[in-house]
Amino acid sequence: MNRLGAIAFACTIVLALVLPQFLKGYGIFLLSMWAVLSVAALGLNLTLGYAGQVSLAQGAFVGIGAYTAALLMQAGWPYPAAFVCSALLCFGVGWILGYPALRVQHHYLAFVTLAFNTLVFLVLRNEEWLTHGTYGISGVMRPVLLGWSTGKPLAYYYFSLGMMALVAAALWWMLRSPWGRAFVALRENPIRALSLGLDTRRYTLMAFAIGSSLGGISGALYAPLVQFIEPNSFALALSFNLLLMVIVGGSGYFFGPFLGALIAVLLPEWLRVTEGYYLLAYAAAVMLMMAFFPYGLFGMVERALRAMRLKRVPPAPTLKAERTRP
Amino acid sequence: MLRLGFCTLAVAAAVGLSSASYAQDKTVYMPALMELSGAGAVSGTNFRDGMLMAIEEINAKGGILGRKINTPVIDTQSDAGVSRAQMQKVLDNNPYVVFGPVFSGSVLVDMMLTQQAEIPEIVGGEAAAITQKGDPYVFRTSFGQQFSMPKIANYIRDGVKAKTVAVLWVNNDFGKGGRDTFIKEMKSRNIKVVADISSESGQTDFSADVVKIKDANANAIFVYLNEEESARFLKEAKKQGIKAPLIGETTLLGQKVIDLAGGAAEGVKGHVGLTVDAPIPAVQEFAAKFKKRFNYVCDHNGIKGYTAVYFVKYVTEKVGKFDSKAFAKTAHGLTITPKDEPNILMEATWDKNGDIDRESFLGQVVNGKQKIVATLPKLGIK
Amino acid sequence: MASFIQLLVSGLATGAIYALIAVGFTLLWQTSQTINFAQGEFVMLPAFFVLAAMNFGAPFWLAALIAIALSIAILGVVFKLIIVDPMLKHGVLPLVISTIALSLFLKEGAKDFYSSQAQPFPALVPAIDLHVFGAVVSMQSLVVLAVAIITVVGLHLLLNQTRLGRMMQATAQNATLARILGIPVRRMVLYTFLINGVLVAIASILISPIYLAKFTNGETLGIAAFLAAIIGGFNQVRGAILGGIILGVLDNLSAAYVSSQYRAAFPLIILIVVILWRPQGLLGRVEERTV
Repeated sequence: MNRLGAIAFACTIVLALVLPQFLKGYGIFLLSMWAVLSVAALGLNLTLGYAGQVSLAQGAFVGIGAYTAALLMQAGWPYPAAFVCSALLCFGVGWILGYPALRVQHHYLAFVTLAFNTLVFLVLRNEEWLTHGTYGISGVMRPVLLGWSTGKPLAYYYFSLGMMALVAAALWWMLRSPWGRAFVALRENPIRALSLGLDTRRYTLMAFAIGSSLGGISGALYAPLVQFIEPNSFALALSFNLLLMVIVGGSGYFFGPFLGALIAVLLPEWLRVTEGYYLLAYAAAVMLMMAFFPYGLFGMVERALRAMRLKRVPPAPTLKAERTRP
Repeated sequence: MLRLGFCTLAVAAAVGLSSASYAQDKTVYMPALMELSGAGAVSGTNFRDGMLMAIEEINAKGGILGRKINTPVIDTQSDAGVSRAQMQKVLDNNPYVVFGPVFSGSVLVDMMLTQQAEIPEIVGGEAAAITQKGDPYVFRTSFGQQFSMPKIANYIRDGVKAKTVAVLWVNNDFGKGGRDTFIKEMKSRNIKVVADISSESGQTDFSADVVKIKDANANAIFVYLNEEESARFLKEAKKQGIKAPLIGETTLLGQKVIDLAGGAAEGVKGHVGLTVDAPIPAVQEFAAKFKKRFNYVCDHNGIKGYTAVYFVKYVTEKVGKFDSKAFAKTAHGLTITPKDEPNILMEATWDKNGDIDRESFLGQVVNGKQKIVATLPKLGIK
Repeated sequence: MASFIQLLVSGLATGAIYALIAVGFTLLWQTSQTINFAQGEFVMLPAFFVLAAMNFGAPFWLAALIAIALSIAILGVVFKLIIVDPMLKHGVLPLVISTIALSLFLKEGAKDFYSSQAQPFPALVPAIDLHVFGAVVSMQSLVVLAVAIITVVGLHLLLNQTRLGRMMQATAQNATLARILGIPVRRMVLYTFLINGVLVAIASILISPIYLAKFTNGETLGIAAFLAAIIGGFNQVRGAILGGIILGVLDNLSAAYVSSQYRAAFPLIILIVVILWRPQGLLGRVEERTV
């Protein structure tokens, strides 16, 4: 990372830690929501941005994670156990779903995952004996970890921020490893990767499963934040929203999901001035964003930087592979 | 490139910090959370318009205790998560009372926050659970299902004398709650439920449901859907020639349903809590005023919204000052008659749980209009 | 038995609508790789054009024509030029998100600028019910079925028997080759958008008397369009028709005989099964993939 990038990164960290002290309940809630959804967006970015698979099921995984955590906690399990269960369950479901589904091409996968999402919603809504059906689960408790209660808004924010940072760090490490390079190869040119002996199917499946388990983790963080979950929150709208976050931030860029999630969480606030016409303005804003930043904000910046660099210094011939974006 | 992230966060800070407190000297802050889009758009807009009319009238006369009402209306998008977030936001600004939402799912979530903040919440939801949680700050504007369903059940047993019944309900918290309460009432009266059919919100095609109902051959059919779906169902039922009596609630007998269903609504019977067709002059006047102001006929949610504001006005004037906690204490066990406050339209009592008790009606659709055939007295709850 | 026939007949009527919508969806997908997630709202909107025109005093037949014209102009031309063309060169995903946002835009637009309440819509024929094999079917449903069949047959003839139609098919199968052969590809693609505009307008006028004109109508119709198109077969107009009919009938049968709570699940399960085992759909041709 260049120096300017590092400074910006450090400033962002400081802001994330300090800003909430000056905000009221709602502002803290928004930032906590940002942290929680970033995790889900990170997962989708792995599946979509790195492994190139269009998944419209991420919302369902957040739902499965949220319900698992809430139900287990209601049954008396401690939060860490419920948390791990959510992650593992979603990894498993992701693997099982991906096994047959990833054989088909992009657009078909989108429809299969769309159908899966709706099926999960139907099960959550209809199986009242398990999930309380349309009534949802209320009174989800916030965990007490090693004596520290996360009940207050500020405390829960730092908790979710911390979890987000941990997940991000783990993901960063994974992507730096040979595994991660395999993922990038998958996206850039799957056929060439296959010809080089890469088991594309295994890696794609792994990416999909890990992405899904991140969705589950996000759900396990979401449930205690909102303290009430119902099936409607995890329908297609959430999957579209997460897709929007990844694309707007920049699909395939590590920090893309964070920026995308921030925009997705804040955009409704900025648009609230439009009062009754707010959803109309939101839809228009999304279309404009796609028109002007089709590669996402990070993608746009990278193109701008590359254009600037090319103007200043003619490219020296080099054998080192440059990070390119088709 | 991370500069962008940094800048965005800075803007976020500005937005967050700029939400100043709304309490000013000359106005009283009473925000409303309403379903203005999504599945509840019709209910929410009706409730809001009823409120708006009441607020305009009150402010024209100088407001409450000399302060004008400031009621920003916030869209919950019919989503409980959004509703909770917005409730958090308005509570940050120290409201006096909060109105809404209408959807029971959203109400149940928001109640937790208003109870913590000790701010009265005047809601439009009808699910039984709302007043069963021991929350001293929630107040209804219309019957809970636990009060309306026994009335209907009595009518089915005594008026229609049915031994078997089929129930068709919409699969959301409103419909499910009603269906659950209804089935309980049927069991306790030894009436057999021979068909239990769910439908989707926004469903357009009811042919399969009508076929199932026909095959079940019940003495009576209880229909618990939202207005537009009720109209579609009635048309299909008429088409396929259903003979058994169709019985419902306000959502089946409203003039809007009658208009949309055309002749198919003829003969439909049911229990009506709040209706602009009630044979009460005050209600008729209100309905005419509303139609003139907004250019459409309001449903029961419009009446709920209107009376909610006058409820707040009356209690506040009784307490003598803007004290949220005193409001809640005074409102419990309070009865307001049209003599005390004409715009309460019908005498209403609020009990210790926040449930509301009023007269209600049995109606029937005759010649394309809702005719009230009987008036049912208050339950006498305290 | 009478019940079964009733369900079948009702399902056919609904299925005919799905077929109409799915055909337009398939055409767009085929010729320009456009997955139009706003197709449902495209069907919802023309009804409001009709109502608005009638509010200005136009008689129904004139309002219908105006609506079709507006539909061609806005949902055909404007949609293509302003949304599809600029997005398509950046890949499918930005376009997908744009059409999703567009569907929200159109939905909220109808709600905010017309009404959130359902509006009665004038019927094309008097409300007579006919008894067919022991089942009751409304005249309106029969008209729907008839118009849908005529439209689809007309489209089939257009695509297969006219030069224009064959040019459009060539564009769909291999745009590059078509261009080399001198076919004005851009114009052909535009024509599919115009045809879709006509199809959705017709579908809208057909269903609104039964469904009532409401801004939420597009939600279920949109999904039904994709399901019908994929199940039937993406690269054949016939496939879309078969898919639509299967969907309509299946929905009714599963709601009546299996579970009303899960009625929406059966088409989805069929979709998953079809995609995984026969991705080209029931009637589609297998598409070769270039490497």
